[in-house]
Amino acid sequence: MEFALDQDQKMMQESVNRTLDRVCPLDRVRKAADANEPAADVWSALVELGMPGLLIPEQFGGVGLKLLDAALVSEAIGRHVAPVPFIASCVMAPLALLRAGSPAQQSNWLPKLASGEITAGVAISEQVAGARDGAGVAAHNGKLSGKAMFVLDFDDAELFVVADRENNLHLVNANSPGIAESPLTTIDLTRTVGELSFENVDAEPLAQSDALIAMRDAGWIMLAADTLGAGWQMIEKAVEYSKDRKQFDRVIGSFQAVKHLCAEMAAELEPGRSLVWYAAHAFDAIPGDASLSAAHAKSYLGEIGRFVARTSTEVHGGIGITDLLGLHFWFKRIGLNRQLLGGPERVRHLAAVMQGFAAA
Amino acid sequence: MDLAYSKEYEHFRATTRAFLEKHRAQFPKPYGGGRPSPEMMAWQKLLIENGYAARTIPSEYGGYGAEPDILKSRIISEEFTRAKAPMGLAGQGISMLVPTLLEVGSEEQKRKYIAPTLRGEIIWCQGYSEPGAGSDLASLQTRGIEDGNDFIINGQKIWTSTAQSADMIFCLMRTESERAKHQGISYILFSMKTPGIEVRPLKTMTGNAEFNEVFFTNVRVPQDNVVGGRGQGWFVANATLKHERGMLGDPNAANTRLQAIIDLMKEETIDGQRLMDNSVLRDRLMQLQSRVLAMQFHGLRLLTAAATGDDVGLARLIVKLEGCELNHQLAAFAIDALGELGVLYHDSPHLRANGFWQRAYMFDLGLIIGGGTAQIQKNIIAERGLGMPREPKLAKD
Repeated sequence: MEFALDQDQKMMQESVNRTLDRVCPLDRVRKAADANEPAADVWSALVELGMPGLLIPEQFGGVGLKLLDAALVSEAIGRHVAPVPFIASCVMAPLALLRAGSPAQQSNWLPKLASGEITAGVAISEQVAGARDGAGVAAHNGKLSGKAMFVLDFDDAELFVVADRENNLHLVNANSPGIAESPLTTIDLTRTVGELSFENVDAEPLAQSDALIAMRDAGWIMLAADTLGAGWQMIEKAVEYSKDRKQFDRVIGSFQAVKHLCAEMAAELEPGRSLVWYAAHAFDAIPGDASLSAAHAKSYLGEIGRFVARTSTEVHGGIGITDLLGLHFWFKRIGLNRQLLGGPERVRHLAAVMQGFAAA
Repeated sequence: MDLAYSKEYEHFRATTRAFLEKHRAQFPKPYGGGRPSPEMMAWQKLLIENGYAARTIPSEYGGYGAEPDILKSRIISEEFTRAKAPMGLAGQGISMLVPTLLEVGSEEQKRKYIAPTLRGEIIWCQGYSEPGAGSDLASLQTRGIEDGNDFIINGQKIWTSTAQSADMIFCLMRTESERAKHQGISYILFSMKTPGIEVRPLKTMTGNAEFNEVFFTNVRVPQDNVVGGRGQGWFVANATLKHERGMLGDPNAANTRLQAIIDLMKEETIDGQRLMDNSVLRDRLMQLQSRVLAMQFHGLRLLTAAATGDDVGLARLIVKLEGCELNHQLAAFAIDALGELGVLYHDSPHLRANGFWQRAYMFDLGLIIGGGTAQIQKNIIAERGLGMPREPKLAKD
């Protein structure tokens, strides 16, 4: 019995953190956010570390690791609010291809994804978080029509994995005729989210399988891990600031009112780490527990993330809400993670359904 | 990450399970504190002989003498829960005094006290808190004045659970009044039958007297009864408090409560609708389930770290704060889910679960306060876990 990271996992996460410390400082984040574009150089650095191929087997040019490894990377990316396509392109789309792709589809797309040559977006929001504003995709004779909102890792994607209203999955080439792309501008400009309109667009179906569930669970876990990393960074920034800032001739970190806010953030967030680890481990090793623990990881980190984001900002006082300090990049990242693929209430409802406590 | 147990541990689990199966007829009523029944004492003896109680206490002091193995301890607790078998005796003597004596007691003290305490022949109470010394325990004022080879003790203790039935007390008092606050305290053991001790039950909001006040008037105790040397009491006591803080945040207790609430929500109805079919209550249940799972996995992480000696930093410091709060929230939610029925108490008609949820809701507030208040826990997390500065001392006038 060992509930812990192994040496390789610790080293891998450390090396991603070190690389991001170097290539993704606040200035770089700000520049990418100003343009609301992925940071190509930060992406290249992650490609060099092999991150796009993390889950893809060696035969397709990846390294074939597990979802827990991906969660550790997601945590590091959240910690640095890195403007890179990771959750959909490096995790959810490869999983869809691995679980439901034909050999031809796999050998066509997985090597390109693993090498970072292309990125992929994922359009499953309607089937997980629910359909809004008339969104929803219909498949008919191998053609897609309708629209998909909150498409993840939207910008520059060459491939989209799209769920239709019947929960079937399709691969769509971004250059296919009949697609219209329009970006959605969220609070968080470190990631790109968009809307796809389809008018009789050619699509290749993926096999009927549990791939949509797997993408959803993995997406929930990655978003939770991103919030874990971003949240801990916000706690560390608050603590650091409180040891430096003086009022009433004392560093404010010596006031119990401030100390207790920091202690509460840490005490609430840290158990979330174990929840993320367990959910990610269960995804590969304990299938019976995978969906429920993923749902709890997503909703718990969604709730605690909000508390940490506002409290850390509050500890900083007035400077905390300025653009100059840049703390808001983390605040907004956590805010987006909370809502994507379903807010806490929706995800908890699904958790209740999974246990037979509620009707779907 | 590997949540399976190795062969050695699976074998240990099977042995434990077989033991419990074989001795099912001897299960006593669960121990509720105070003087143990003869059945409980016989059960305790059987458990020690087989290594299911006092497992790591050296056999020369009446324990089983096994090497510490936290996974085996965990398996024992899991299997006892599964079989609904009562664990061995617990209480402040076994969980706090015995580890302290093993760490700092004299050879004579170890030989005299540990074995009978483990067997349930000596029941102990703890004399730490005083009306004027709670979170600031080191400001305690109960005094032991030297008189020949004895101390003459005067003062008052409070929050002394089991004092009515205790044979002995381990007690903190000021014996070196000329020394600084933390250096003037001694940790001393004496009989509760010593003349000059008065115990008054302290009834709490639950309606029960879970605690007592203990008054000392010219109580004469030999100086030989000091543990760890005169003036060392603060450091001796800190060794014990460490054990208490681990004890107060048990994540399995939260899981048991959660399961009971799930059952309750499936069985109870309001206007013919199952509580589980009320989406607001269901959402609150799911929120609590997230927390229970998080703390359960957090417990597994700490368990692994304790077994491997890994440093988990702040992770260990949050257990008392989060664990006690979670248990309290679970009780609060059960009361809310029961609606008007949730306020029934005492021996009322329609009472549910013998009033457990209200009693737990009230009693657990005491646990949030006792053993280091939530606010003291937050100071510890901030200062030791996050490296934040201590409150500057006020200048003395």
